[in-house]
Amino acid sequence: MLDIKNLYKVFNKGTVNENVIFRDFNFTVADGDFIVIIGSNGAGKSTLLNIISGVLPMDGGQLILQGKNITTLPEYKRTRQIARVFQDPYKGVSPSMSILENMSMAYNKGNKYNLTRGVSKKNIGYFKELVSTLNLGLEDKMDEQVGLLSGGQRQSLSLIMATMCKPKMLLLDEHTAALDPKTSARIIELTQEIVSKDKITTMMVTHDLNHVTELGNRVIMMHRGHVILDIKGEEKNDLTVDKLLANFDNAQGMLSDRSLLS
Amino acid sequence: MEVKRVINSFWISTLEQGLIFGIMVLGVYITYKILDFPDLSVDGTFPLGAAVTAVLLTKGINPFVAVLASTLAGCAAGYITGLLHVKLRITNLLSGIIVMTGLYSVNLRIMGKSNTPLFNVKSIFSLGIPEIKMFDYNMTPLLIIIVISILVKLGLDLYLNTKSGFILRATGDNPQLVTSLGVDIGKAKILGVAISNGLVALSGSIYAQSQSFADVGMGTGIIVIGLASIIIGEAVFSKLHFVKATLAVLVGAIIYRYCIAAALRAGLPAEDLKLITSVIVVVLLGINNRSDVLKKAFRTKRTGGEKSA
Repeated sequence: MLDIKNLYKVFNKGTVNENVIFRDFNFTVADGDFIVIIGSNGAGKSTLLNIISGVLPMDGGQLILQGKNITTLPEYKRTRQIARVFQDPYKGVSPSMSILENMSMAYNKGNKYNLTRGVSKKNIGYFKELVSTLNLGLEDKMDEQVGLLSGGQRQSLSLIMATMCKPKMLLLDEHTAALDPKTSARIIELTQEIVSKDKITTMMVTHDLNHVTELGNRVIMMHRGHVILDIKGEEKNDLTVDKLLANFDNAQGMLSDRSLLS
Repeated sequence: MEVKRVINSFWISTLEQGLIFGIMVLGVYITYKILDFPDLSVDGTFPLGAAVTAVLLTKGINPFVAVLASTLAGCAAGYITGLLHVKLRITNLLSGIIVMTGLYSVNLRIMGKSNTPLFNVKSIFSLGIPEIKMFDYNMTPLLIIIVISILVKLGLDLYLNTKSGFILRATGDNPQLVTSLGVDIGKAKILGVAISNGLVALSGSIYAQSQSFADVGMGTGIIVIGLASIIIGEAVFSKLHFVKATLAVLVGAIIYRYCIAAALRAGLPAEDLKLITSVIVVVLLGINNRSDVLKKAFRTKRTGGEKSA
């Protein structure tokens, strides 16, 4: 599905603050993978998502999506295939527009935004059906401004809007971090439902270790621009938070040994 | 009889001007409110519309063609402002200032002089539409202006409800969303600024025909008039949610014109007009932005006694 080849990424190049985030980083995402990414701050998790989505340019290497080189494709062209939900619930919606208008806009993704009517009446039923799965009562507030909704409601809507047009890939960047525990749990549930229903290849960054055991078929742990742990298949299914922490200590130990040798 | 006529001409000609400026305000509304792009190029595109119209009308070109050409000229100027901002990464404020400054010379070049009188030319107001007399005043120009401004308003309403219009609205609201939808945010911005300046130039074109002259200096302070009108319109209609923003700003433009006309009638010297406009905008923006402080000050004053007790 997605191949990251020899990624090189440096911040503040040529200054005293030069900071190499990725050096010769290689990673392959298989078709249908649901990868949960964990790691400490500064590990490069968000940077990785930003590079895949095209927010940040690469300083070297290649990005191959389904056999097509997308290394230099601008962000707005990648988003047609790679959808994204952000930590900030405001980033996925247009607050001054209604739920109906927001969904209509998202539903048209990949097509021309021309002079035809923005809201097509025949889709309203489908949109209502979609939001009714959220059990938030949004189906009765279709004409309400999204800015008036709560953070959880907005994020639910963002998730639906991002996945409406069945993207090839979905990037989730701590998309529940700004929500209260109950709402967060609901969003995770919803994520699970959508991803498994539409079989979207997904990469999700999180700081909540419970997500690691509940979600996905693969877990990677990142540390200073390296994948220090990659658990998939059977091993992933049997994973518990305790095992993960033990693994984490192991990996950290190995890392310091390695850095001693180098 | 004479007094009555003067009063009528005051009410009616002010309404005419208010509606003409209303078209400009609709343009400024697109940039300032929808795109969140304070666009100063309107100070140049308003006289640009007037200049293009003046030259074409003196050459005997059909007035409607002149209006259309003026609008397109405005769009082109707006397109350049957008291009400077998006492609050369010049801040939006500076892009507008650069285009406004450049347009001053362009407008002079177009007209060949700083002022063109338009008395003996065919305009949209002298196309042989019969005079409709009411209260001793020729209402035909007012009717023409009403029709044009309502058409522009409805057209803008329609546009803002198309898919393209949705993208425009989302651009000012949440640029990230527009990118996420696979649309080039730069193109969306350029389109918006172009449409906005097209409307401003259209307004300038009609203003020149209504006033029977075009002047390179007639654009000074247009942006401030636009802002004042938008703020007045929003303040008046903020509690009425069923009133569309486009209608609110159009009415705001009319109210603003009446305020100015009343001030002039009350004996305010014309040279102080721009200063008064600036002060009005400052006061309105201040009330708008610092309503919290004002409310507090008000409350403390009233409950001051209790507080000290």
